[in-house]
Amino acid sequence: MGRTYHIIKYLCLLAWTTFVVFPFLWALSTSFKDANAVTSGARYIPWVEFEPSVQGWTSLFASGSQGINIVTPFLNSASVTLLASIVSLGLGTLAAYGLSRFSYKAGFIKNADITFFFISQRIMPPIVLAIPFFLMLKEIQALDTIFGLVIVYVALLLPIAVWVMTDFFASIPKELDEMAMIDGCTPIGAFFRVVLPNSTAGLVVAGMFCLIFGWNDFFFAFILTFTETQLLPVASVSLNSSVTPWRSLSAFALISVTPLALIAIVVERFMSRGSLAGAIR
Amino acid sequence: MLTLKNLSTADLKRPLSNLNAELESGKIYTILGRTGAGKTELLRTLMGLDDIADGRLELDGQDLAKRPVRRRQMSMVYQQFINYPHLTVLKNVAFPLRRQGLSAVDATERATAALALVGLAGFEHRMPSELSGGQQQRVAIARAIVKKARILLMDEPLANLDYKLREKLREEFPRLLAENADGIILYSTTEPAEAMELGHEMIVMHRGRILANGAPEDIFDAPATVEVAKLISDPPVSIVDGNVSGGRIVLGATTHLPTPDFVLPPDGPVQIGIRPDALSVGGDMPAKVVLAEFSGSDTIVHLALDFGAAVMLVEGIHEFSPDQDVSVALDTSTLLLFSADGKNITERRSNG
Repeated sequence: MGRTYHIIKYLCLLAWTTFVVFPFLWALSTSFKDANAVTSGARYIPWVEFEPSVQGWTSLFASGSQGINIVTPFLNSASVTLLASIVSLGLGTLAAYGLSRFSYKAGFIKNADITFFFISQRIMPPIVLAIPFFLMLKEIQALDTIFGLVIVYVALLLPIAVWVMTDFFASIPKELDEMAMIDGCTPIGAFFRVVLPNSTAGLVVAGMFCLIFGWNDFFFAFILTFTETQLLPVASVSLNSSVTPWRSLSAFALISVTPLALIAIVVERFMSRGSLAGAIR
Repeated sequence: MLTLKNLSTADLKRPLSNLNAELESGKIYTILGRTGAGKTELLRTLMGLDDIADGRLELDGQDLAKRPVRRRQMSMVYQQFINYPHLTVLKNVAFPLRRQGLSAVDATERATAALALVGLAGFEHRMPSELSGGQQQRVAIARAIVKKARILLMDEPLANLDYKLREKLREEFPRLLAENADGIILYSTTEPAEAMELGHEMIVMHRGRILANGAPEDIFDAPATVEVAKLISDPPVSIVDGNVSGGRIVLGATTHLPTPDFVLPPDGPVQIGIRPDALSVGGDMPAKVVLAEFSGSDTIVHLALDFGAAVMLVEGIHEFSPDQDVSVALDTSTLLLFSADGKNITERRSNG
C-alpha cells in the first residue's frame, strides 16, 4: 500500500513537472534553431537533430532591420513595475493595517464597505478604465511616460495589496500589537516593530501579485504609451512581421519570464519563514 | 494605590458595572470568577486596552483614563502565551527594557537575569516557536516581571497549561511575584484554590460586577451571598431550599436539623449552604449516588437527598456506583444560612 502510493505519487509529480517545464524547454530549444529547423517538424536535440544558432538571441539586441533592441523596454518595464509595486505595497499595507485594527464609521460606511470599495476597483473591465486614464494622463501631460504608467499601475495594484494585506493582518492576533504597546511602543511603533516583521509572508504574496500584474500588463501599456516609453509586452508585438520569427519570440519569452521566476525562487523561502508560530498559543 | 470608582464599561462582551475597589501597593489581589465573569475585561480596562464608559480609574490620585497604554506603568501576562515570534527569547524579554530606553548591554543583563529566575537559563537564543507551551508562558512571565512595573496584571496565566505544569508554576509564583513585591499584582483565575492560595486579598466577580472583596479566609468563612458561596468553593457549596419553623431548620418535608450553633431568623423560607466536607458517609440520612468523580486524591460524590441535590467530598479514592444507596451524616456546624433573596444571614452563637 505504502509503496504503491509512493509510486503513484511520484508518477503524478513527474507528469505535472513535465507539463510545466516542457514548454520552457521547447522554447529554449526553439530559440537556438534556425528558421528551417523550426518549420521542418519536431526536433529537440541540438547538434544531433539541428545545428544551433544564437541568432534568435542576438536579434533582440540589434537594431533596424536586424531585429529590435529590448534593453530599453526591459528597463522601462522593470522601472514601472518596481516603482508601482513598492508604492502600492507601502500604501496598501498601511491602509490594510488601519482596516484590520481600527473601526471606521462615516454614516452607513464601515470597514467592510471601505474594503469592498478597494476590491470593487478590480471588478470593472479594464476597457472601462482605459479611456478615463488616457484622458487624465493627457491632461497632466503624462502620456507615454514612466511617471504616468506608475500612477495608473498604482491605481490598479493598490486594491490587490489592500485586499491581500487586510486578510493577512486579520490573521495576526491583535494581542500581539497590544502586547507591544504594553511593552512601551506607540501604535505606529507596534506596527513597525512587531506587526510588520511578522508579515513577511503576506508582503511577499501581495508583492508577487503586484509584480506579476505590472510586469505582464499589455493592455494599459499599449494604450497609454506610444514610442518613448515602450514596455516589454508591447515590444514583443513589434517583433512580429509577415513571417513569425519563432526563435526570436522564444528567446524573448524566456527573457520576459526569467525575472519573475528568479524573484519567485528567492522570495519563496520567506513565505514559509514568515509564519506566526510562537506568537500566540 | 489604584482606585476604581464606580467604574463601568460598555460595548464589551461582558460590560463591567459600577466597580469600586482600592488596591494597595505590595499586595497580590486575586480576581476569582467563572468564565465570562468580566475578569479579562477588568484587566483590559485597567490596562487601557478597553475604554471606560463611566466612573474613574486613579493611580495615586491621578486619573489614569487618559493615559496611553504605554505610559500606564503596567505589564500584563495573557492567558494565551503571547511572545514576539520574530525575536529570540532573550530579545523578547529585553524588548520592554529597550523601549524604556535602557542600553542594549543593560537590557540584556536584566533580561538574562529574568530568564534565569523563570528557569530558562540557556534558552536565551532559542525562538519562541522552539519552546514548549509552559516555556513560552515562562518567557511571557519573564517579560512582564522584568519591567518592574507598578501594576502587574496576570490574566489566568496557568489556564492553558496541563495539570502538572500548572501545579509546578503555581508553586513558583510566590517567588516570581516577589520580583514585583512593591507593586500591585492582580491575578485572575477561575480556580478558588488558586485564588485563596496566592492572594493577600480576593475579589470575587460575577456577570461584570464585584460581589465580594476582602481577605480570602473572611470571604470563605462568611460569603456575602449565595453566588459568592458557590464561587469560592470547588467542589461548590450546595444550596438547598429550606424553612425555619419553630426554632428549627426544616429541609424538604421531613428533615429537621438540630442547629444549636445558630441564632435562627424568624420563621420563613431560607436557603441553606452545605459545604462539600459537611457531608460524610455513615449517618442516618438516606441518599442516592448520582455521580462519583475523582479529583486528585479525593472523591467527589453527587448525591440526591430527600431535600434536594448536594455534593459530598470524601477523602481518598472510594468506589461509588450510580444509583447506589448510601447513608450520610450532615455536620450542621458549618452550614451557611441565606435569606430567600440570597443574602448571608448566618449568625453563630458565641461560645461565651
